[in-house]
Amino acid sequence: MSFLKIDLRTAMVTAAIGTSMLLTGCGSSSSHDSTVDMRTYEVSVSNVTPNQPFSPIAVILHTSGYQAWVDGESASTALEVLAEQGDNSDVLSDASDHSAYLTSDSGAGVIAPGTYESVQLEVDAQNGVSLSVISMLVNTNDAYTGINATSLAALESGESVSYSAPVWDAGTESNTEAAGTIPGPADGGEGFNASRSDSSDRVRFHSGIVSSQDGLSSSVLTADHRFDNPAAVITVTRLD
Amino acid sequence: MNIKKTVIATMLGLSAISANVQAEQFTVKIENLTNGIYFTPLLVAAHDSSTKLFQTGTSANASLEAMAEGGDISGLVADIAGTSPTTVENPAGSLLAPGASTTTSTLDTDGTANNYLSIVGMMLPTNDGFVGLNSWEIPSAAGTYSFTINAYDAGTEANDELTTSIPAPIDFGTGTGGSGVATSDSNTNVHIHRGSIGDDNSTGGISDLDNSVHRWLNPIARITVVVQ
Repeated sequence: MSFLKIDLRTAMVTAAIGTSMLLTGCGSSSSHDSTVDMRTYEVSVSNVTPNQPFSPIAVILHTSGYQAWVDGESASTALEVLAEQGDNSDVLSDASDHSAYLTSDSGAGVIAPGTYESVQLEVDAQNGVSLSVISMLVNTNDAYTGINATSLAALESGESVSYSAPVWDAGTESNTEAAGTIPGPADGGEGFNASRSDSSDRVRFHSGIVSSQDGLSSSVLTADHRFDNPAAVITVTRLD
Repeated sequence: MNIKKTVIATMLGLSAISANVQAEQFTVKIENLTNGIYFTPLLVAAHDSSTKLFQTGTSANASLEAMAEGGDISGLVADIAGTSPTTVENPAGSLLAPGASTTTSTLDTDGTANNYLSIVGMMLPTNDGFVGLNSWEIPSAAGTYSFTINAYDAGTEANDELTTSIPAPIDFGTGTGGSGVATSDSNTNVHIHRGSIGDDNSTGGISDLDNSVHRWLNPIARITVVVQ
């Protein structure tokens, strides 16, 4: 059946191209352009951790081809800045330069534990639409949560879908939990540092906070800052 | 829009027809997404609906114990050989390091009833922890299927977290001199692993594991199956 499906997809693309060429040939007005597919999505990020505020969220809509990170590979500098400092501007800037970029938004501010924030984005989904969301857990060295290039193509108007988001380790800073290394309110320490001090410079799932109360005597964090997966519940609603 | 609807309808019709046809050829990618845990040689097996490599809530047999405590999959391979599974043994060719991935050669289940996928591999350094997937039904439709899986405890060895109890083919950054975290398993059936605790003392303390390196949270691995 695989061959049939591939053939069908090819046919669909061919048909779409054919349609578009035909419209161009007719000098058709945009009102007849059946390929425009405007949609509005609401993306809500709920912080379900005990005491890990989320940095302002980066929310990116894109077609296939863009990924803010790849598990098992080295993080981009933009992701490092977000994961170590909570600053999403480089991630959003990098995304907007990507050929697969559609639109993006930044959250208005920190999402405290037990609260949520929603943003709305309008997009032309004619070439497909995928969602990426990233936010730092600020009482950590370089942990973040989010969604990695999840397709929204099948979401119908009026429908919602929720994702339970785990926590990743950017792999750009050693998880010392030491005083002066964590930018959040638990420490008020350093944010971004270009040196890659982690023993493994790869993005992977986070192994959690140890804390001073659970055996890491040099940690400034307490049991209160520990988390488990999921850290966030991300709900996407297609409004129209 | 009409074109799209027609295509969708055609695709639905197509998948309805193909639903009776089982997956025949596929690959399996395993990504180790832990911080500091290696996977020993993995057993990737497509098998029938009645075969299992492990099952939570039941006592591990000697073959599962040998895999979980020593990384030896040969007993499990022999156990299921009578059901003619389609298997790939040790796709990584060695230990699968944290952050690393491996993809199997193509598994061809044409003409078999091997429609369920299971995967096991010991987690090092642990006493008897293993990464596991139990009897995931392989979709019939072509496509890419991705999901995450968890860490299990075979329930066959106390999680003392001491290097004297844990095989070490390479240096995992473990310490020595620990007094031992646990002397027995409360749950001696296969269960979800509680995670290692470790400590920050490489020459003493309760554990020989490093609490900044050898802990994990579930999930620990991502599986991506590409059905052709």
